[in-house]
Amino acid sequence: MEKTASLAIKVPPARNLGTARTLIDIEHFDFSYGEKQAVFDINLTLDEKRVTAFIGPSGCGKTTLLRCLNRMNDLIDGTVINRGTIKINGIDINGPGVDAIELRKRIGMVFQKSNPFPKSIYENVIYGLRIQGESNKSRLDTTVEKSLRGAALWDEVKDRLHESGLGLSGGQMQRLCIARAIAVEPEIILMDEPCSALDPIATAKVEELIHELKKDYTIVIVTHSMQQAARCSDKTAFFYMGKLIEYDDTRTIFMSPANAQTEAYVSGRFG
Amino acid sequence: MPTPDANPFAPKPSRSRTVEKLIFGITRAATYFVLFCGLFVLGDIFIKGSRTVFQPEFPFINVPFLTEAPESLYVFEHEGKKMELGDRAFRVFREEQEAAARAAGLPVPQIKTESFVYSAGGIWPCIVGTVLLVAGSMSIALVLGVASAIYLNEYARDGKFVRFIRLSILNLAGVPSIVFGLFGFGMFVIFLDWNVSLLAGWFTLAFMVLPVVITASEESLKAVPKGFREGSLALGATKWQTIRKNVMPYALPGILTSSILGIARVAGETAPIMFTAAYVVRDKLPWEVEKISDFFFQGVMALPYHIYVVSSKIPQNEYTARVQYATAFVFLFIVAGIALTSILLRNRMRNLYKW
Repeated sequence: MEKTASLAIKVPPARNLGTARTLIDIEHFDFSYGEKQAVFDINLTLDEKRVTAFIGPSGCGKTTLLRCLNRMNDLIDGTVINRGTIKINGIDINGPGVDAIELRKRIGMVFQKSNPFPKSIYENVIYGLRIQGESNKSRLDTTVEKSLRGAALWDEVKDRLHESGLGLSGGQMQRLCIARAIAVEPEIILMDEPCSALDPIATAKVEELIHELKKDYTIVIVTHSMQQAARCSDKTAFFYMGKLIEYDDTRTIFMSPANAQTEAYVSGRFG
Repeated sequence: MPTPDANPFAPKPSRSRTVEKLIFGITRAATYFVLFCGLFVLGDIFIKGSRTVFQPEFPFINVPFLTEAPESLYVFEHEGKKMELGDRAFRVFREEQEAAARAAGLPVPQIKTESFVYSAGGIWPCIVGTVLLVAGSMSIALVLGVASAIYLNEYARDGKFVRFIRLSILNLAGVPSIVFGLFGFGMFVIFLDWNVSLLAGWFTLAFMVLPVVITASEESLKAVPKGFREGSLALGATKWQTIRKNVMPYALPGILTSSILGIARVAGETAPIMFTAAYVVRDKLPWEVEKISDFFFQGVMALPYHIYVVSSKIPQNEYTARVQYATAFVFLFIVAGIALTSILLRNRMRNLYKW
């Protein structure tokens, strides 16, 4: 069984993960869109400053769960949390003392379809700060440089910061969105299939970037590419039909999964 | 097996070819017919109107027609010549004649005249009134319409109630304009006691175009990609910050485009203003008021209503026909002018907020 799996996916050598603090703690979490339940009884703990990948076939609830982490699903009419809690740093994010807007300031998000705003590169990066009322020019300048460097985009765009963000290539746009997310210095970055529309070279750049970002941020990435999960995540959660099937170190998931469904999925036999 | 030099692609007559040609001919004829009708109407107004609006000598445009108020026209014979004079000019002329006769010790001459109301002078108060009506009602319609569209599209939860509101708004678009006129008369003129006034006309016209503005604004808001909203919200923006900074600027060009249609409708409607805002004749111009508040509570003359009056409320003859055509001609130009201004504004915004 281990052989078939290793044939399908190249798994990098085991990484020494060390011990990490739990940052996000999901307990018995059920979630519905109106009548239709999308996520069933999820129990999952995500570590600080690690990359966790959510994998699974389309419609398995991985994106839904990701969007519950920064309460983006609040914006969809008729969504209900039927049961369970999501705690970040021990605080129930759906509890009465938590404001979704304050929460989203601390949790950045990168979307499947890169969505730079039709503004200059500069304005794109500082959008989050402008929203918070920051207008100190030198502080904004510093943030732009720092964020674009952080997103490995500075050298490519430093001479055209005031040109439209829509003039960039697909991969650059996605990195611009990452720069925009890290400009507000969140703790967690959620990535919803960030490379699904990118070519292999742009994908490689984003993955490299994820490795860099891991030093400072906790990253949760939803991906359809198992190679990507194998390459850039520390832990992998496999979802199927709204349920968490298996969650373990990425190496274990790909080399010796405990569950037969996981094994079938990672070796490409279904999904 | 065909011979090598037989051309398999040679055209062959067939039934479907004939049908194709026939259908093509019909669609083409229909288009040309519509074009012809449009050109005929416009051409008729243009030719007959330009006889009054333009003149052969300098300054080539009939300036008094554009800058004076309507007057009665007096037509009479004087020393064997046929004279046509407006009201004020005629009085001056008559006094001169009488004074000259008295000075010469002759009996005061009786000038036999025929008079035609509104056939002399110009249409300046109507132009002013129409521009004021359009500007005011479109401002009201845009503010109310965009606000409702934002509420319906961005804030309200989609449910039975919102669907009911949308349906009602769509139905409003089909209500005949005379019904809006009656509504405005009952609501604003009588119930709110605004009398026949600019304000009553503004609101009546605004309510008439609101369905168009709301529907179009909603469409424009929907056309702004979801990613703009989600991207902004995910950075911790409130809904209003998101709408103001990242949705409205990109929806505005579309909203303006649809408002241009609204402008043409507001400027052209006679029925809604005939009970609410329009006077047959008014000597004072709208800004000749004692208090600023009076500005809103005065009736105005308006081009469409003036056309209606000179075409149906007074005896018809060659003199009134001139005014009718010339007024229609100027009216077309003014509507086109207002629409053009909004198109230019729209294009500017489009370039500013391109996506």
